[in-house]
Amino acid sequence: MPVILATDLIVYFLAGSIVYFAIATRKEGILSSAWRELKRNRLAMASLAILLAYAGVALLDSVRYRDPVVEDNGRVARAADGSVIYSAQALSLLDRAVEGLRTNTEKTYSAPFASTLYSKESVELPDGTIKRDYPPLKHPRSHWLGTDKVGNDVLYTALKGVRTGIVIGAGTTIVIIPFAIFFGVFAGYYGGFIDDIVQYIYTTLASIPGVLLIVAFMLLFGSSGYQGGLISRSEIYLKFFVPNDRLFWLCLILGITSWTDLCRLIRGETLKLRELEYVQASRAFGISKPGIIYRHIVPNVMHLVLITFVLQFSGLVLAEAILSYIGIGVGPEMGSWGNMINTARLELSRDPVVWWNLFGAFLFMLALVLPANIFGDAVRDALDPRLRFR
Amino acid sequence: MLTYIIRRILYAVPIILGVNILTAVLFFYVNTPDDMARKILGEKNVTPAAIENWKRDHGYNLPAFLNAGEKGTAKLTQTVFFQKSVPLLWFDFGRSDRNNIDIGNEIRHRMWPSLAISVPMFVIGVVIDLFLAMMLAYYRGTYLDLWGLFLGVAMMSVSTLFYIIGGQYFLGKVLKLFPVSGYDTGLYSAKFIILPVVIGIISTVGSGVRFYRTVFLEEINKDYIRTARAKGLSEGKVLFKHALKNAMIPVLTNVVVSIPFLFYGSLIMETFFAIPGLGNFTIEAIQAQDFAIVRSMVYLGSILYIVGLILTDISYTLVDPRVRFE
Amino acid sequence: MPDIVIEIKGLKTWFKTPKGVSKAVDGVSFSIPKGGTFALVGESGCGKSVTALSIIQLIPEPAGYIAGGNIILNNRDIVPLSEREKRDIRGNNISMIFQEPMTSLNPVFTVGDQIVETIMLHQGKSGAEAKAAAIEMFEKVGLPDPAGIFYEYPHRLSGGMRQRVMIAIALACRPDLLIADEPTTALDVTIQDQIIKLIKELQAEMGTAVLLITHNLALVYQNAETVGVMYAGKMAELAPAKALFRDPMHPYTVKLLRSIPGQEKRGKALDTIRGTVPPATSYPAGCHFSGRCPREMEGCAAIEPPLAERAPGHFAACHLHDPEFMAKPWSKPLRHEPDAMPPLSVPHDKRERLLEVKNLKTHYPVRKGLLKRVVGHVKAVDGIDLVVRKGSTLALVGESGCGKTTAGKSIIQLIRPTSGEIVFKGRELTRVKESELKPVRSLMQIIFQDPYSSLNPRLTIKDTIEEGVRALKTGLDKKGRLDKVTEVLERVGLTADMMWRYPHEFSGGQRQRIGIARALAVDPEFIVCDEAVSALDVSVQAQILNLLKSIQRDFGLSFLFITHDLAVVEYIADEVAVMYAGKIVERGTTEEIFSNPRHDYTKKLLSAIPRLDPGLVSAWKLPDHKPGR
Repeated sequence: MPVILATDLIVYFLAGSIVYFAIATRKEGILSSAWRELKRNRLAMASLAILLAYAGVALLDSVRYRDPVVEDNGRVARAADGSVIYSAQALSLLDRAVEGLRTNTEKTYSAPFASTLYSKESVELPDGTIKRDYPPLKHPRSHWLGTDKVGNDVLYTALKGVRTGIVIGAGTTIVIIPFAIFFGVFAGYYGGFIDDIVQYIYTTLASIPGVLLIVAFMLLFGSSGYQGGLISRSEIYLKFFVPNDRLFWLCLILGITSWTDLCRLIRGETLKLRELEYVQASRAFGISKPGIIYRHIVPNVMHLVLITFVLQFSGLVLAEAILSYIGIGVGPEMGSWGNMINTARLELSRDPVVWWNLFGAFLFMLALVLPANIFGDAVRDALDPRLRFR
Repeated sequence: MLTYIIRRILYAVPIILGVNILTAVLFFYVNTPDDMARKILGEKNVTPAAIENWKRDHGYNLPAFLNAGEKGTAKLTQTVFFQKSVPLLWFDFGRSDRNNIDIGNEIRHRMWPSLAISVPMFVIGVVIDLFLAMMLAYYRGTYLDLWGLFLGVAMMSVSTLFYIIGGQYFLGKVLKLFPVSGYDTGLYSAKFIILPVVIGIISTVGSGVRFYRTVFLEEINKDYIRTARAKGLSEGKVLFKHALKNAMIPVLTNVVVSIPFLFYGSLIMETFFAIPGLGNFTIEAIQAQDFAIVRSMVYLGSILYIVGLILTDISYTLVDPRVRFE
Repeated sequence: MPDIVIEIKGLKTWFKTPKGVSKAVDGVSFSIPKGGTFALVGESGCGKSVTALSIIQLIPEPAGYIAGGNIILNNRDIVPLSEREKRDIRGNNISMIFQEPMTSLNPVFTVGDQIVETIMLHQGKSGAEAKAAAIEMFEKVGLPDPAGIFYEYPHRLSGGMRQRVMIAIALACRPDLLIADEPTTALDVTIQDQIIKLIKELQAEMGTAVLLITHNLALVYQNAETVGVMYAGKMAELAPAKALFRDPMHPYTVKLLRSIPGQEKRGKALDTIRGTVPPATSYPAGCHFSGRCPREMEGCAAIEPPLAERAPGHFAACHLHDPEFMAKPWSKPLRHEPDAMPPLSVPHDKRERLLEVKNLKTHYPVRKGLLKRVVGHVKAVDGIDLVVRKGSTLALVGESGCGKTTAGKSIIQLIRPTSGEIVFKGRELTRVKESELKPVRSLMQIIFQDPYSSLNPRLTIKDTIEEGVRALKTGLDKKGRLDKVTEVLERVGLTADMMWRYPHEFSGGQRQRIGIARALAVDPEFIVCDEAVSALDVSVQAQILNLLKSIQRDFGLSFLFITHDLAVVEYIADEVAVMYAGKIVERGTTEEIFSNPRHDYTKKLLSAIPRLDPGLVSAWKLPDHKPGR
């Protein structure tokens, strides 16, 4: 029984876009010449490979289905009306692929590659005497990043954070793109009263400090919805779709605070484009305004959308960590680097120090954000060097 | 010049009104006072009577925007919007929902610790950023520039949280150079200030240097720089005299707009270092779900942003003769 | 030899690019005596500006570098000098003025600051002395109120005044050599004339040598003693100006001269050069002009012709003038184009009125203040009358900002005019609703100036051309539209298979052809050509002018030719209207206007344009192929 969260749609859309762009670079046109330039930049190509690996993990973690509950006698459990009963846990392909990491839990903290727990306990020796010592692990030397307080593998937690990071980084921009294009293009092309209204709206929205707007929204709406972990019956709408996903709300709200930049950029570009000679040539053919917008304006602002997408990505991944830290990010049950940092903070004041939770989050975030920054710069330079100024 | 400033301020009026209405819609209409009462009194076992009581005590027992039961202007004035939101226009913030403290008074007190952290952080930070950026621009194309830029990108790829946690751990706990967190009054506060300031600067230096470097490089490719070189000026003079003054124009947009926000402090820094400033105040209010305070801070933040925009426009006239003589 | 100020010997300036080494300047030699003027001419990308930047040692490093050769200033090679020594030379011994006066001055310093800086740097004067010297210099370059202008910022000055300031800065230290890189190209005709005169005047007074870089050959004819013609990084021909224009030796020079439009060439096609300039990364091994040369021989592509003296002081790099080469078996002609240009004219019969413009006004409201109230109007077009006859060309000439482009766009209803009448084929247009304009739209089209912004980079050529057909020729089906696109592409000299490509794969000239094809596709009767050839190099411009003329002949089209280039007007227009500050100051046939201008402004305009001697034009012949014994 498949389960699709609202945010899964974002990941599918992202995967679709990647395939689309991969095909588009094969054809002639601006994308293909930008791609040829990008290919010469080896650092950017390496970054792209890492980003694609992250996207792959996110995609694996976004295809999930619920298994039927199996009774003790090995038969599939059925309800009174004969329908199959499914477990409340929807495991993703990623969960199934790294089954070992997920299920090989320990009792509590253990250091990376350790064979014993991190704290002493009373251990019964083979000769029956009881001694305080470091008890051996159930799965020695198998936890590359150690285990956390309740004995879960840190590598597994960090891997689960990948999807959250990707969804926030990519989803936020994807959610707002239609609005930004619509308002930006119409304000820029029609000008006058429409332009005044749109400018007023985005200046007003931009004046409200982003963090506080997010805080306000999350306080108001964010406390309900799917927070990660088990899926309750009420959250499964139409049998398998979960629209009320807290992560999705977060994307939407982050989007509301960040759409103004893109909108302003598109408006400015449209103002320039509408005076260009090919637009005037179209007008000389008597082509209507919507027709011109569709044929000439929108395709020529799309590169701004792509640039904004890659440039905003890293900032949003970093923002997620901070919001989760303040307690208004994704739900506590959902794997996220922000949540890892949050718990790790207290662990640093333990003695001896438990550092691997923080280290895991650091490693996974840096390995996503650094390539994203490098690749973002390269994409911008290839598509529109003028924007370096921003 | 004066008419320009006046005009600029007049342009801000509709935006301030818009922000006021927007916050009111968000806090009184989307999230009704009933919801607030329920959250503050506890989600469970709360009676309708208790909610009514709470609303009456805190002045939320009126209709949101239009009071149909009253006559004349009272239709508008006897509303939550008019009683609670309109006074914000003259900076009357009212009292908090939870402890009934005077928010305006609290802001006046708490802005000083915020300033004590944010002003040195901002001033020293901008100076360091500009200096490093100019150095990279001077040595553009060399390995120094290349690695400096890469380091900058790498540094901006690390979350602020790591800088804070790492800094507190190594500089505070292991090396014991500074107290890990806390605050004191007067001059005693200095030892508490240094650590957050240093960490604050380090966490933003990557993005700052990268931004200012692009600004300088942009200027270096302009025609008038070629003219300056053709005159026989040294590269240093070309960069530090001709390019710098032009680069100040985009630098100002970035810098001046954030000056008013110094009053605001930093949400994250202040909670981590237990600085009793406005940022901390806001986080506490968020965690306590005190909507009166959050609303006041949202509004205050917007006003500061608008003030920043106005200051930016005015500062343009100081550096750019093309605007000055407009 | 008179004392030589600067001598360039075998200069090579190369650039590292991703596509390989770009040999922008590939072995150039010349010298300039004290007080002399040397003009470097050639089309864009031939390496003339890079030569100039190499001389003043301002090649953008590290991509560009001097790969070989010497630059000898006053008997000292300056290429191997240290950066510090080079700085002492720049602005002091060698100085330079640039094409764009609008961007060449630093906007945030006063012009006084900017000149004082040079004087103090090189002459060690105190601030007060330098200021006095600066004001004196400003006076010399003819700036009004020099003491007041000293404190002005560049944006407060007009383009002409800024260029005067640039000249003052460049000459402040009395340099040995002044490099003027297209100093007048960005200026209006009347200002151009003043600036050139000023440079000549100061040159005579100071004895400065001048390196004049320009694409304007008529300007060179009147102002230079010696001329070097550059082609693809090399010097094709170098001669005293009078000798070069009397007897051009290199086939490229001849072709270039014969592609300049002008009165003498009316009724005939302009000469054109086949093919395009090879990229600087892959020149032919031999003569760089091989492959395009109308007199190419079998050995030309492999053997490099030396720049040799073929007449006293007259150097040409062409094997045709080398008896030794001509005696070799590889001097067999590979190509032999005819020397005479075919006639190209439009018959003069039945010239009835196609379009009549009466008292046309286009005003833009100026809005100010908080409520954006209208406080006045910019009267861009302020009551003009025009008549365009069937099958003829009316030129609308004027300087930048006179309202000529607005007038053109108002006539074809791209901008709706404020008042007045436009009668097109007996129908009044200004009061017709936008939705009812459609039938007229296909009859009135426009061709633009900038070949780069006139095509949507996201659409294939087919989509671009088909757009109008789809909108205005609703009777055609898919096949019919495709046939139409094929037809017009072939008509403008492109091939049908090009329709599937995107604009970035085409050169400027090809893009301009596509723009013409787009307009032709809807079968118009009247086309506004808005500076349609102004952005093109002279040899490409000739191709486009020939094309416009031939489609006019074949389809009986009428043109409104909006331009500031009087040579083009003389060549192509039947009638001329001179526009000044929103009004038409003079109208008449081309011959009347050019031979007998009445209005003062027209007179001023005509006297300002540099001209070639008409007698020379008919004498320009391609060199003959004379096989040696």
